[in-house]
Amino acid sequence: MSNLMLAGVLLMLLALAYQLGLTRSRKLTTDLSGQKVRLHSRPVYHGALVAFWTVVPAFGVFLLWRFIQPGVINQMIIAQLPEAIMAGMTDSDMRVFLRRITHLSSGFGLSDQPQPHELQAAELLSVLQVRGHALMLALMASLAAAGLYFSWQQIHPDLRARNQMERVVKVALIACSSVAILTTIGIVLSMFGEAMRFFAFVNPMDFFFGTTWNPRFQTAGTEGQTGFGMLPLLWGTVMIALIALLVAIPVGLMAAIYMSEYAPSRVRSVAKPIIEVLAGIPTIVYGFFALITVGPFLSSFGATFGLDIRATSALTAGVVMGIMIIPFISSLSDDIITQVPRSLRDGSLGLGATQSETIRKVVLPAALPGIVGAILLAASRAIGETMIVVLAAGNSPVLTANPFEAVSTMTVTIVNQLTGDLDFASPQSLVAFALGLTLFVITLLLNVIALVIVRKYREQYE
Amino acid sequence: MKISTVNPQDKTALAQQRDLMQQRVAQSLAKRHAKEKRFKLTGQLAVGTALAFVAILFISIFSKGLPAFWQATLTLDIYFDPDIILIDEKPVQAAGESDATFQERYQAWQMDLAFINFNGLILNALAEVIPEAAAHPRDAMRLVTSGERIALRNLVEEDPSIIGSRKRLNLLADANVDVWIKGNIDRDLADSRQQLSARTRGWVDQLVEQGVIKNRFSTALFMNADSRSSLASAGLAGAFMGSLMMMLIVMFLAVPLGVASAIYLEEFAPKNKLTDLIEVNINNLAAVPSIVFGLLGASVFILWFKLPLSAPVVGGLVLSLMTLPTVIIATRSTLKAIPPSIRSAALGIGASKVQSVFHHVLPLAIPGILTGSILGIAQALGETAPLLLIGMSSFVASVPSSPFDQSTALPVQIYLWQGNELRNFFEARTSAAIIVLLTMMISLNALAIWLRRHFENRW
Repeated sequence: MSNLMLAGVLLMLLALAYQLGLTRSRKLTTDLSGQKVRLHSRPVYHGALVAFWTVVPAFGVFLLWRFIQPGVINQMIIAQLPEAIMAGMTDSDMRVFLRRITHLSSGFGLSDQPQPHELQAAELLSVLQVRGHALMLALMASLAAAGLYFSWQQIHPDLRARNQMERVVKVALIACSSVAILTTIGIVLSMFGEAMRFFAFVNPMDFFFGTTWNPRFQTAGTEGQTGFGMLPLLWGTVMIALIALLVAIPVGLMAAIYMSEYAPSRVRSVAKPIIEVLAGIPTIVYGFFALITVGPFLSSFGATFGLDIRATSALTAGVVMGIMIIPFISSLSDDIITQVPRSLRDGSLGLGATQSETIRKVVLPAALPGIVGAILLAASRAIGETMIVVLAAGNSPVLTANPFEAVSTMTVTIVNQLTGDLDFASPQSLVAFALGLTLFVITLLLNVIALVIVRKYREQYE
Repeated sequence: MKISTVNPQDKTALAQQRDLMQQRVAQSLAKRHAKEKRFKLTGQLAVGTALAFVAILFISIFSKGLPAFWQATLTLDIYFDPDIILIDEKPVQAAGESDATFQERYQAWQMDLAFINFNGLILNALAEVIPEAAAHPRDAMRLVTSGERIALRNLVEEDPSIIGSRKRLNLLADANVDVWIKGNIDRDLADSRQQLSARTRGWVDQLVEQGVIKNRFSTALFMNADSRSSLASAGLAGAFMGSLMMMLIVMFLAVPLGVASAIYLEEFAPKNKLTDLIEVNINNLAAVPSIVFGLLGASVFILWFKLPLSAPVVGGLVLSLMTLPTVIIATRSTLKAIPPSIRSAALGIGASKVQSVFHHVLPLAIPGILTGSILGIAQALGETAPLLLIGMSSFVASVPSSPFDQSTALPVQIYLWQGNELRNFFEARTSAAIIVLLTMMISLNALAIWLRRHFENRW
């Protein structure tokens, strides 16, 4: 029975069980003498409870079986292999063998002649698969039948079906909200695990404090030339983020001040959403924009002043990333500036200060912590940004202080090391996880600090 | 200073001092007002700059991309010459014939069809408009993109009765012809640096004059999958299907999960250290760089669960995890905005907590939840970086038919096209792809805004 059919049958069973529970509980509303009986729970809850006990345990068996069956069958096949063949097999031989017999048994065929022991194993595999499947179906059917029968039997005017169903709903809700936590745990564990495997190849000190980045495969004659030093990448990341902030802070902050303090509401209601469009544009579009428009423009602009600016450089990537983070800074700062209490402004204006003096000497100092938080959030966004730098930073991992040169960043290197073949065994691809972990920790710290500052600030004026 | 003991002389001194002060204030006032004006101007300038960035971005993409929707197309009379298309009748399933044997016969027929020289048909048609084309077949065949012979084959396969007839067809010109006509290559470049031979270029100009080659709106961009051999007919269909499947996965995974966890956290969870931790965790998850989710996908879904590389199902899972915090945060803020009186009223007339949430609070929250979810899906639609790490950047020349097939996605297709060697042609085509992507995102956002406006409840 295919999975799709099974799902269909389960759904039908669900509807059937619900109906059975519903009709039985409805019948209970009048007793034998025709007297009305009050049910503790309404019939829908009885129906739902019966449906739950019929389908969910059976489905659980299905999931568990799917997960366990292949491993068990493989073990059974390996166990019956003749000693003589087992003796010469390595782990990778075993994997090839298993794949070959899977192809054989599924009728997919092999490109060469199968050996007799492979044919035998393939035969056994298909027999075991059929048996396993039948066993699973039998177990599911009996569980469903038992669940249906017992929960149906239990229906009684005093059965607290609603409370039981609500407990089920609550458990389901808790399970859903644990997914977010599991994701975080998954991120930390997977990156930590792979990074540890990387550090088995490369000394962590060399990674964190090395100044050469040259992760190529060693061949004869190039020994000692590989370098996994992260510093050039970290510096590239920081430099581009700094350029981005230099572009975004003045524009974003002044725009926020103007919007919240000066702009008539008509201007504000038009300009604010348009600026926020910048936040919704996919980063690949910014990357293309940098590559096609901004890079050549900066390059020719520099040429008129005799400056040698590469079309793909830290400056190009930084400027475009700055444009991208303008809305982060402007809308967050806007929120924060509007939260500064009216009384502070009135006090200052009442003493005869002009509006700009009020803003600069009263509003901004009061809003400063929040603005710093906004800037930190924008910085973390800039550090983790990938596509703009992949396209526009030039990808040359060298330590340079010149923003007109091409650089490389951590995110670019993660993409470079992990596209193409994923083998997960060489330090060349594992290094992506060490870089990812570093990136994760840096952005996490920035976010936590920013969130703490913003939260403190909110409490101050609430 | 004691006022009462002040003598008249001091009084005038005080008055003088006050005058001095007032003078100084009056003098500085002009300066302060000028400063005020400058400050306000800087603010206006900043808003103007930000708006200008938006304008430049859109103008540069649209001015490059819009022309790419119209492609150089040759209108030719194709004669389906029975002397070239030497093929048996299209097999028909005979009564009593099993499906398998019919399939075999049909495939043999298709194989015969594939060996037919459809380029010959095109060449003959070209020779009718350019007499010397027959003598220089190589130069002539550079005019039409190579994918068109497949289109002709499909026509014959669909309806073999057209063999022997003439048909006026629009054939896409080669990418280089398109570049030449649109002036995207310097016409004065030396022959050695031109993509087309001098003879072909001469023909192109001649055909444009004759009206055989025209810029026509081309559906190739929407109907075809990516192609490397026939660049002019490379399209977005494969990437679009891939993106669509991923969005469906996000919709059916991230949205229910996110809404359920938001309901739990906002309505049921006790306020303690643990739920505080979950809250901080979700806020942080929303700010984790997207590429980190790609690393998670590569190591968990591909390395541990052995899911296939480049498959929309993995992409959908990764994007779902990435969108989850967005949906949770949006749903929570919607739930927070619903006044407690609704809950109290429900509880007051005897509803249980679960009933009050699912029967009363949730229906009121649906517009807000929808808006947040659509914005989350739009964000996932434009995401590129995590998809590169799970192998979706490989070249796929077919439209995926299931989420387990190889596929790309719209933003990844943009990434692949911007790197194509034929820059002159693909700069415009990439911009066109961006226009398609932006149009989809803007429609999603507009839908979200409309939903908010239409169903918004003000308390």
